Amino acid sequence: MDNELKKRNEAYNKYVKAKIPKTKAWPSLFNSFIVGGIICCLGQGINDLILYWFPNMAQQTAWAYTLIVLIFLASFLTGIGVYDKIGKFAGGGSIVPITGFSNSITSSALEFKHEGIIYGICVKMFTIAGPVIVTGVVASIAVGIIYLFI
Amino acid sequence: MHIHQTVIFRHKPVIIGSYSIVGPKEGKGNFGPYFNYVMKDDCFGENTYEKAEKKMIQSAIVGAIENAKIKPNDINLMLAGDLLNQIISSSYAARYFNFAYLGLFGACSTIAESLAVGASLVDGGEFDTVVCSTASHFSTAERQFRFPLELGNQRPPTSQWTVTGAGACVIANEGNGPRITMATFGKVIDWGIKDVNNMGAAMAPAAMETMIAHFKDTDTTPDDYDLIVTGDLGKLGSEILIDLMEDNGYKLGINYKDCGQMFYTRNQNTLCGGSGCGCSASVLNSFLIKKLREGEYKKILFMPTGALMSTTATQQGETIPGVCHAIVLESDVNSDQIKENKKRRNKKV
Repeated sequence: MDNELKKRNEAYNKYVKAKIPKTKAWPSLFNSFIVGGIICCLGQGINDLILYWFPNMAQQTAWAYTLIVLIFLASFLTGIGVYDKIGKFAGGGSIVPITGFSNSITSSALEFKHEGIIYGICVKMFTIAGPVIVTGVVASIAVGIIYLFI
Repeated sequence: MHIHQTVIFRHKPVIIGSYSIVGPKEGKGNFGPYFNYVMKDDCFGENTYEKAEKKMIQSAIVGAIENAKIKPNDINLMLAGDLLNQIISSSYAARYFNFAYLGLFGACSTIAESLAVGASLVDGGEFDTVVCSTASHFSTAERQFRFPLELGNQRPPTSQWTVTGAGACVIANEGNGPRITMATFGKVIDWGIKDVNNMGAAMAPAAMETMIAHFKDTDTTPDDYDLIVTGDLGKLGSEILIDLMEDNGYKLGINYKDCGQMFYTRNQNTLCGGSGCGCSASVLNSFLIKKLREGEYKKILFMPTGALMSTTATQQGETIPGVCHAIVLESDVNSDQIKENKKRRNKKV
């Protein structure tokens, strides 16, 4: 009996899988390429501008400031309700750059602001970005250990 | 009297009053002109969406009582439910009323559950007048089941849009209005779907089971109904249901529709259509009851489906169980009145 149910479920899952409307890969890829590219160009532009205005600044410091500006911009656009519209169009193109990271933190913070500053904003802020941070830290530890031995 | 899963009501309880409230997006949808009230914004004058949802249930109940032309004191019992954890919207709304309260949870099928339970209680003579209500809100459901509103992500093509809406109706043992003649209580059915973004596929087998049980118990066929309407299977789910019914020897024809699929217009980008408690509740309490009152539909099989899932269970790798309850609504308008109604409408045109 159990086997029969399993078979039925497998058959049903197979049937549903075949019936699901597919996302069109090429248009989605194109959209994310364009938007992701624009965000990267914007980053490079900001970097060049900073270096143009402050010629004595080290490249490393200019990169840091560029990131700060991009994070602020994405956060601001999330706040005024524009970034989710960009994301709907671009998909991965606006999630992968650092702006997507900023959006995931700001949107979570915004969503839970009514539960209070500590239990709402502070606790829930990293619900989506948390895994990214954990992966980043773990990866850097791993790379650090490998670096120690070579 | 009951045969297996189906209850056949002796006194045929009457829906004497109904009321529906929806959000602005829903107001622009296909059923827009039929709703009693369209909110100007999603917050409904409150500072959080949860409070707005609570207020929607409250207002829907008040509206239904007014529509029934009775006093709040005439109500004996309130049956309500919603999608939020611990069904807070319903229970918190119940604080404002001076009647006994039963909270129900059947996910998106709650309206049928409450109507079936309410009708059984009224039919048995236990209560005279019962009010049933459910609501759902897009923003509260998104936050509980999915992602923050402002997150820039894409929705998969099988996903559905939770309807911001509430509906309430008053059932009594006598009066004028559509009558509830039968109710089929559904079993919980799980055919092993794990994808939370594909609720239509998870719920379709439940709809199939209840539908077959109903046809067998009452010895009817799909052709005996003017309209067979499921709750929120959506575009994909209703197609699956048609296929599943065909495998079981029932042909669902043009009299089969799905509230979720019909709810939004094509340009509203809701992918597979509407979902949520409010979807079937608001369509029933606006469009369907109006058509039954006018006599345009004589007999409707109304069967909302619910995906009984929680985020915790899903994250633990559980599959999604579905449930579906069916009720049969019959118009109390006779053919002379229908002709009169038609004449009156033609004059207006």
